[in-house]
Amino acid sequence: MVLILAGLAAYAVLGGADFGAGLWELAARGPKNAEVREHTHHAMAPVWEANHVWLVLVLVVCWTAYPTAFASIFSTLTIPLFIAGVGIILRGTSYALRSGSPTEREESALSITLALSSVLTPFALGACAGAIASGRVPVGNAGGDPWSSWLNPTSLLVGMLAVLAAAFVAAVYLAGDAKRAGLTDLVLPFRKRALVSGAVLGAATIAGPLVLHEDARPLFDGLSSGAGLAAGFVSGAAGVLTLLLVYRERYEPARYVSGIAIAAIIAGWGLAQDPIFLPGLTVEEAAAGDSTLVAMAISVAIGMLILVPSLWLLFRLQLSGRFDEEGEKPEPEREISRAERPSIPPAAVAALAGIGAAVTFFAEGWLRGAGVAAMLAGASLGFLLLGTPEEEGREES
Amino acid sequence: MPFDLLAEALNPVQQDYLLQARQMQAMSFAVHIPIVCFGISFPAIVMFVEWMYLRTGDPVYRQLAKRWSKVMLALFAVGVVTGTILSFELGILWPNFMSTFGEVFGLGFTLEGFSFFTEAIFIAIYLYGWDRMAPKMHFLSGIPVVISGLTGSLTVITVNAWMNNPTGFRLEDGKAVDVKPWKALFGNDYFWHELVHMYVAGYIVTGFLVAGVYAWGWMKGERGRYHRVALTVALTAACVAAPVQVIVGDWAAREVATHQPVKLAAFEGLQETTRAAPLNIGGIYSESEQRVKGGVEIPKLLSLFAFHDPNAKVTGLDSVPEEDRPPVAITRISFSTMVGIGTLLAALSVFFLWHRLRRRLPESVWFWRAVVASGPLSLVALIAGWVSTEVGRQPWVVYKVMRTEEAVTGAGGIPVGYAVLAVVYVLLVAATIWILRRLAAVPLEEAKAAPPTVAGDG
Repeated sequence: MVLILAGLAAYAVLGGADFGAGLWELAARGPKNAEVREHTHHAMAPVWEANHVWLVLVLVVCWTAYPTAFASIFSTLTIPLFIAGVGIILRGTSYALRSGSPTEREESALSITLALSSVLTPFALGACAGAIASGRVPVGNAGGDPWSSWLNPTSLLVGMLAVLAAAFVAAVYLAGDAKRAGLTDLVLPFRKRALVSGAVLGAATIAGPLVLHEDARPLFDGLSSGAGLAAGFVSGAAGVLTLLLVYRERYEPARYVSGIAIAAIIAGWGLAQDPIFLPGLTVEEAAAGDSTLVAMAISVAIGMLILVPSLWLLFRLQLSGRFDEEGEKPEPEREISRAERPSIPPAAVAALAGIGAAVTFFAEGWLRGAGVAAMLAGASLGFLLLGTPEEEGREES
Repeated sequence: MPFDLLAEALNPVQQDYLLQARQMQAMSFAVHIPIVCFGISFPAIVMFVEWMYLRTGDPVYRQLAKRWSKVMLALFAVGVVTGTILSFELGILWPNFMSTFGEVFGLGFTLEGFSFFTEAIFIAIYLYGWDRMAPKMHFLSGIPVVISGLTGSLTVITVNAWMNNPTGFRLEDGKAVDVKPWKALFGNDYFWHELVHMYVAGYIVTGFLVAGVYAWGWMKGERGRYHRVALTVALTAACVAAPVQVIVGDWAAREVATHQPVKLAAFEGLQETTRAAPLNIGGIYSESEQRVKGGVEIPKLLSLFAFHDPNAKVTGLDSVPEEDRPPVAITRISFSTMVGIGTLLAALSVFFLWHRLRRRLPESVWFWRAVVASGPLSLVALIAGWVSTEVGRQPWVVYKVMRTEEAVTGAGGIPVGYAVLAVVYVLLVAATIWILRRLAAVPLEEAKAAPPTVAGDG
């Protein structure tokens, strides 16, 4: 469960920054803002896929570890999840297309698509979170109401907060990126955006408890006492601190503090609901069998061992501006060596592949496995042997 | 125990649009699976080209690897979004399948999630790292892309193998208990042939599609060194894979004959369990008359193919009650399509490899026309093959354990979702084609930058 929440938090912060960046593209219409659009695209293009995958990770961990809850959530919240899914397609596609050096008109269509889907997706996902948090998703196959489960005050509030939070985090990050990249005339506009969206977000968060008090009493109680309340305070304090840091143009620390503010909200939600997952279903009851949980814990641990250093590398390259450097690093000049292709006799390769094929065809069990391996090895060697054309001199004479 | 309560709560429901739900899922797979082929094989091919550059210092290789890696990233992005939709759909369309068996096979997707994550990270580093990292470091950063491309699809294939040959759990009151996820996924002897079959298909589809593009240019007279290298690399990759696939396909068919005899009977439209069963080539199965009409019947050939014994007994469709049989006509026609195209491609490949061994490229314009056609044809074969295995598994979602109608969601509005998604996918495919054409239209750097460099080197 902690893992799901952590994944959600990571998605909310990083994916949120993504959505927010898309959103600011909408605000930056018109040719004189081309620079702003260029900057947001440039900052996000290398990392959006990695940011997005957090969501996939949350999904797969959820259906492995909490299959019943997953099924109930997805069958009741079919509509908002479908909307989020379509939004994800549109976003991903418009990112991909941006790298195809579009014309001005195409680019403007793309940035509208990107921006709209950047509002739609976090809103829909936020509405789903609101539906779960306000206890509107019962256990069962499509057990909840297809509409009112996510069109209700809590869902609308959370959806709106999700969009605002995305806008805020993105503005903070982009201001920092602009400063680092030396785009001085872009720093102030993003600073202004960060301050405004932060203030609106703050106001909305303060109004939030009123809505929850009326609409989702158990959640309100959870958030207004004990650990839930503490998380709320952490989030509030971090939010205010971020605003101060942005105001004083200290963007690097603001980047991290804003992340804490978002993560604390997610943690607060988890704490406020604990131990209930869905109405009538506790987290413990929803969990899969022990062998599955152990297997998953092992694979997550191994996965993290690979993932954390890789992510660190990516963000280090991205944040240190290694991907910004324009001008190509000149390739070291070197002699073109017409190296001979690997000197493997073709007959031997053919024999390996042929024997492998025969063994695969006639044998069973382990021997067949060996046959398959030999056949594939033969084919790969064959590729090395034949995969590049001869040098022109020899052939085009 | 809350289990009883849950089992009841997630009971099967009446879903009027089961067929549409299946088609919606099928459509999403059909869009995703060609991208999977590129995910499996393209990074390795690109890395091969970069490795050639590192070995020879010939800038043509570098240029090719760089341009192809942009295609790789664009297709990866499409794969990311279509793959996400697939995971959404598993929950949206098949909640009962997920709630009952999520804990059995979910591990496969968890591992896939990590592979995918690693791939996303390193593909970004690889692409944005061109010209910004030392050449050897850059090459190294591509290796995780190749590995995670393999492991990602590998773990998904384990899940499909499990659906076809479910093991590693017991059913008790409709609930999976005694779950052994590792054994279910990786100790499954149905997994290996699916894996190899799919991987080889990945090279065939990618190779022929890429080669088809350059073959088109070849016929229009674009025969510079860059085109020659691109064409040879892609076509050779496809052509070493296609003959291998014939042998692997035979292996896969025999596994199906052993584990899923009814599916094999549907592949061939075999009605009654028969000794020394004949093989009908070219006929069409009529659902109303329950037999294959037309075509040429070759005695004993099916027994020979399925069990390597001309007199072996082949199980027919009549071995199970009618409601347990898959839709035969579509399964059979997909299977024949795959086998037919596969055989043609293998023949084309042998012809090409024969020329390559004699160190030349074929001259005949008919050969190059065939290569252009082979791209779309290999795609058709891929989708047909996947239709035959998935439709051939019906009416089961988990073979002989859970029926598809027991898995489906109770939510309404499936036709609406189907229609919306269809429109979105049409846009997506159009957009993908647009960006690939746009990437291809970028003029070669060679024209402006390369000549002085080469001259300076020489």
